Amino acid sequence: MATNEKIQVDSVTGQTTTGHEWDGIRELNTPLPRWWLWTFYACILFSIGYWVVYPAWPGISGFTHGLLGQSSRGDVAVDVAAIQAQRAVTEAGLKDATVDQIAADKKLLGLALAHGKAAFAEDCAPCHGAGGQGGKGYRNLTNEDWLWGGKLDDILQTVTHGIRDYTDKDTRQSAMPAFGAMGVLKSDEIKQVVSYVRTLSKLPPEAGVDVAAGQKIFADNCAVCHGDDGKGKREFGSANLTDGLQLYGGDIKDLTYTVTNARNSTMPAWGARLDPVTLKTLAVFVHNLGAGE
Amino acid sequence: MSAAEKYQGDGGPEVYDEGPLYSSAAKVYPQKVSGNYRRLKWAILIVCLGLYYVLPFVRWDRGPNEPSQSILIDLPHSRFYWFFIEIWPQEVYYFTGILILAALALFLSNALFGRVWCGYFCIQTVWTDLFLWVERLVEGDRRDRIKLDAAPWSASKIGKRVAKHGLWLLIAAGTGGVFALYFADAPTLVANLFTLKAPLAAYVWIGILTFTTYYLAGHMREQVCLYMCPWPRIQAALTDVDALNVTYRRDRGEPRLSVKDAARARAAGKPAGDCVDCMQCVAVCPVGVDIRKGSQLGCIQCGLCIDACDAVMAKIHRPTRLIAYDTDENVKRRTRGEKPVYKLVRARTILYVVVIAVVGSLMLYKLTTRQHIGLSVLHVRAPMYTLAHDGLVRNGYTLRFANKWSEPRAFALTVSGVAGATVKSEEADALPDGRLKVTLDPDATLEAQLYVTAPVGSAAPAGAPIAMTITDLKNGETAKVSDHFFGP
Repeated sequence: MATNEKIQVDSVTGQTTTGHEWDGIRELNTPLPRWWLWTFYACILFSIGYWVVYPAWPGISGFTHGLLGQSSRGDVAVDVAAIQAQRAVTEAGLKDATVDQIAADKKLLGLALAHGKAAFAEDCAPCHGAGGQGGKGYRNLTNEDWLWGGKLDDILQTVTHGIRDYTDKDTRQSAMPAFGAMGVLKSDEIKQVVSYVRTLSKLPPEAGVDVAAGQKIFADNCAVCHGDDGKGKREFGSANLTDGLQLYGGDIKDLTYTVTNARNSTMPAWGARLDPVTLKTLAVFVHNLGAGE
Repeated sequence: MSAAEKYQGDGGPEVYDEGPLYSSAAKVYPQKVSGNYRRLKWAILIVCLGLYYVLPFVRWDRGPNEPSQSILIDLPHSRFYWFFIEIWPQEVYYFTGILILAALALFLSNALFGRVWCGYFCIQTVWTDLFLWVERLVEGDRRDRIKLDAAPWSASKIGKRVAKHGLWLLIAAGTGGVFALYFADAPTLVANLFTLKAPLAAYVWIGILTFTTYYLAGHMREQVCLYMCPWPRIQAALTDVDALNVTYRRDRGEPRLSVKDAARARAAGKPAGDCVDCMQCVAVCPVGVDIRKGSQLGCIQCGLCIDACDAVMAKIHRPTRLIAYDTDENVKRRTRGEKPVYKLVRARTILYVVVIAVVGSLMLYKLTTRQHIGLSVLHVRAPMYTLAHDGLVRNGYTLRFANKWSEPRAFALTVSGVAGATVKSEEADALPDGRLKVTLDPDATLEAQLYVTAPVGSAAPAGAPIAMTITDLKNGETAKVSDHFFGP
């Protein structure tokens, strides 16, 4: 603790002390230079000027906007406009090129992948995952399980017009019937066909279930879309049932639900929301996730 | 509460200081001085400022694809050029090394000659010296300037002030302007600056540096050393008894007597010092300290007081160097009648030199052995692996190639460590021998996705080691990175 002692004059420096003493150590009074004080006042004046020209004080239902009318949102709009103007120059080559031309040209490919990576993270990653790894019901874009085709043009078509997005007349459409819910198949028939479908992917069928009966049910009800060999048909967007890569899962419970109620999920059409260059770069980016055809 | 109220026991009013909280800085009017140290300071000033102003215009040929400016900080492309050295962003540790060397050099200089940095090399000192020279040129020497400050405003005073501040601002603008030249192609930027085509940032920075130069060198001067700079405080902790500092040789100087009084005292057999208390050492001091009070925070050790004192001593026919680079210990030794001892080579200075040599050679080794090509790898994390068709598993890797040559280079890429693996990269072409080939622009990097596909079972769930190697197709230089190949 500081104790207060008489103010003294320090013999070494000739300076007065403040009268404060800590364990025998006395504090010299060394006044700050006056310019320091003026600098402090200048800062106060500056802050008042700042309040006047910049947004500063909060109110009940708003805030003071300042004479400059600056806002963070406005700054972002300016930055976005600037980056778009910049992109119009650097990405001029992407505008007129087809996706195949882009993929064939290393310079355009590099531009498209950079652009596509950013667009994917913003628009696609919420469903398909940061690296396109997908999830149950959301396509894993890194494997070969393309329902509608994995060529650049196929992917561009899917991204642009979506799947079962009926706001877009060119959307990819198909509907698997809900065999159980509609009463087409009874529950033991569903059991049999599910077990048969599992054998197509070399997975064990349910114990004690008649797989041969399931094969007949498959030929009568499923083969028309999924093909006699179960490999799927891209014109219908029907799944390849032989690769063990099922969008909604390949275990008995998942398959039973799929056959009973059907899935028929939707992917939005991005054509109306994104510019043509971004759509193309997305197609190129997805194609480069490892499984492009 | 009155400032003079005294402590009155517990609960009583606190004692307040009677002195002022703030005080006006006494203006320093350094007087003109000539001598060896002044000449040395001019020489250093000319060399330092000369280098500063000229270097941006010195050219250095690096081939057609890179800038030809000897020193260039290329912020948009994240490159730093220094003659034959080019630094990439991931090599900024060289700057750390330079800073460490600079700090050690400062310690060493401090152990040898005290604050020699402050007195001769610090930008604050150098520019203040230049500004003082201008001030002396326009307003005259110390006495004239004191008189001018006190004089009422007149046409002549206004003229002098306008000339002085005008010249100061001109130098300040030049200082700020040249600083900007280190960040862009100098001749182009100079032309653009004068035709108002330079980027706004250039004008803003020149404006800021013009202001700081004008304000710090013209107006703040010694206040920067006294109140803003941390070095005087650090120096106090670094100095030791053997460091040579500008020292008033008290043993010779005291007691101070005028020439006549000294003659009388000596005739009467009384002691008389060599100091005639002419105050020349104080008059020439750019910080306004009295060196005779001993080593102190304000003293920047510039040696101008030595020159001033030597001139006086020569005039009154006494030996020079009453003020000299010396130590307090030697002053004490002389007082005791012993011989002075100078120990520039001692444990501390040897240690600093050794550490400087070690750090310097380490950096030099790193610099001379660094590669001109580079490769780094990042395993794709989402997903860690993909089950492909036909019992295959695929791993993705993001590779980044670097080409530090100033010409395009092509690398052959090989992958090893996983049996039966096939590799694919859309960014690469195929060489006739089946290896992948990537082509890089001069002085550039390239990011590429590499996909490695192998039969399920070729990788343990914990991951099998995998290595990627690039070979420069021109000179065979290789770079290798390793990662893991994962599977179910």
